[in-house]
Amino acid sequence: MNGQPLKPWLAPLALIGLLAVMGFVLPAYHHNNMARILVLAVFAMGYNIAFGYTGLLSLGHALFFGAGLYAAGLAINQGGVTAGLALGLGLLAGGGVALATGVLALRTAGVSFMIVTLMFAQAGYLLLLYFGAFTGGDEGFVVARTGRVLGGFDLTTDGPRYGLALGLFTLAILGQTAIVRAPFGRVMVAMRENSARAQMLGFDPFRTKLIVLVISGLYSGVAGAAYGILFGYVGASFAAIQYSILPLLWVLLGGSGTVLGPFLGVFIMFYLIDLSSSYTSAHLMVVGVALLVLVLFAPRGILGGLRKRWGTWLA
Amino acid sequence: MAGIGLLETQGLTRHFGGLRAVEAVDFTLNTGQIHALIGPNGAGKTTFVGLLCGRVPVQAGTIHFDGQDITHMPAHLRVRAGIAYTFQITSIFRGLSVFDNVALAAQRPSRHDLGAATKHILHQVGLESQINQQADTLSYGHQRLLEIAMGLALRPRLLILDEPTQGLSNAEITGFKALVRAVVPQTTVLLIEHNMDVVMDLADQITVLNMGQTLATGTPATIQANAAVQSAYLGG
Repeated sequence: MNGQPLKPWLAPLALIGLLAVMGFVLPAYHHNNMARILVLAVFAMGYNIAFGYTGLLSLGHALFFGAGLYAAGLAINQGGVTAGLALGLGLLAGGGVALATGVLALRTAGVSFMIVTLMFAQAGYLLLLYFGAFTGGDEGFVVARTGRVLGGFDLTTDGPRYGLALGLFTLAILGQTAIVRAPFGRVMVAMRENSARAQMLGFDPFRTKLIVLVISGLYSGVAGAAYGILFGYVGASFAAIQYSILPLLWVLLGGSGTVLGPFLGVFIMFYLIDLSSSYTSAHLMVVGVALLVLVLFAPRGILGGLRKRWGTWLA
Repeated sequence: MAGIGLLETQGLTRHFGGLRAVEAVDFTLNTGQIHALIGPNGAGKTTFVGLLCGRVPVQAGTIHFDGQDITHMPAHLRVRAGIAYTFQITSIFRGLSVFDNVALAAQRPSRHDLGAATKHILHQVGLESQINQQADTLSYGHQRLLEIAMGLALRPRLLILDEPTQGLSNAEITGFKALVRAVVPQTTVLLIEHNMDVVMDLADQITVLNMGQTLATGTPATIQANAAVQSAYLGG
């Protein structure tokens, strides 16, 4: 982290440039896919900040994603707010729910932390179903078109949708790079490696982890809000356990504790499912085999393995 | 002695089940001195300093640091108050670089000259040429030095060193002794040490622990002459 202060920014900036070019050349089908991948990558980066860098193995991030999704969707449909405000509300909802969860869940660590976060997320999911009259329950609801316009751009069309997704992704990846390169990022890694030792250097483990969880919640919340606004649907399945497991798998696949890993994980998993489902209905089995191969041959994830071999600039 | 004690304990006690690891210890640490804590294996030395730095919760008794009652203060706040502890079993961040290990200790409260301060401390302990190496690739002796560098980087008022020379070569021990002499009297040093040459060479005061209790306290000369100490420990 000393010396060469520009180096860690090169890889993310190159990726942003590449994605911007792709926005002009991709065919419609992949254009839409990439917009989804970019928004989900923001979610994955939020997870990576908590799990990859700080070692907080949460099984409840669907709660933060869902909080952002529902805050934005309900604010648009029930409150008639604009897309910009809805994004802001989603961001705050994710951060706020993460704060409330963290204050309680961070009294535990390790396996207990996994179980407590899982329980919070399940409680959130069941609340969505219980208040079905308000939330649309199982079926969810379609986001009103009036809330899918930002600055005069119709977010239901390809260009603006990709543009907003890429804009959020850019802010998220630059934010992530800045956080992990700052002195605070060093403390995050210290908490992951040995939190008792970090405490003996004067750092408060509870406070550090709570700040990290809130940042992670902000990422997850704004990703959820953007997902609802860009793709027009809000449903309880996005708050179900699958959306707590997915970010963990994305991050493990791409390389946990790396800057580009979350994007790479989402990208590969998305297209793995997409391609295999056109050949077989057992596409989840293909994903399962891919994950087994990963665990056996690249336990640090794709970028983690490459970084070990070719140097830290990949981080 | 009164008035110059940096740290004082009264009736400090910690039992583990039936084991009286530390039993009613009254202890005073004078400002600016090197104070050695010696005693046979299992005498309660590490538990005692664990109580001082907050790693082990206190069962009974009190600890005052610089006039403030810190008996129940969380460990990270004691570090901020000026108590640094270096681990007996090397506890560096193995996956981080040498620089990052020391920078972690030096960066709080936040400072602009972090890079320079970190390099200065690494120069002090003689690790500046390994600055970008990953910590777990260092030799054992160098890992011990890195542990000490992390303690120094905290700019403590009290530095607790738990068996710092264990595994060091003779040349490294000579360097270590010079290092410790250089930090006093700005920093007070509490030293747990088995190497009697190091203890007799460095210490202004020695406290002997045995079975969790204080057996004797005094200068190196009086401790060496103490009959009880000789029978319990020095093998008289």
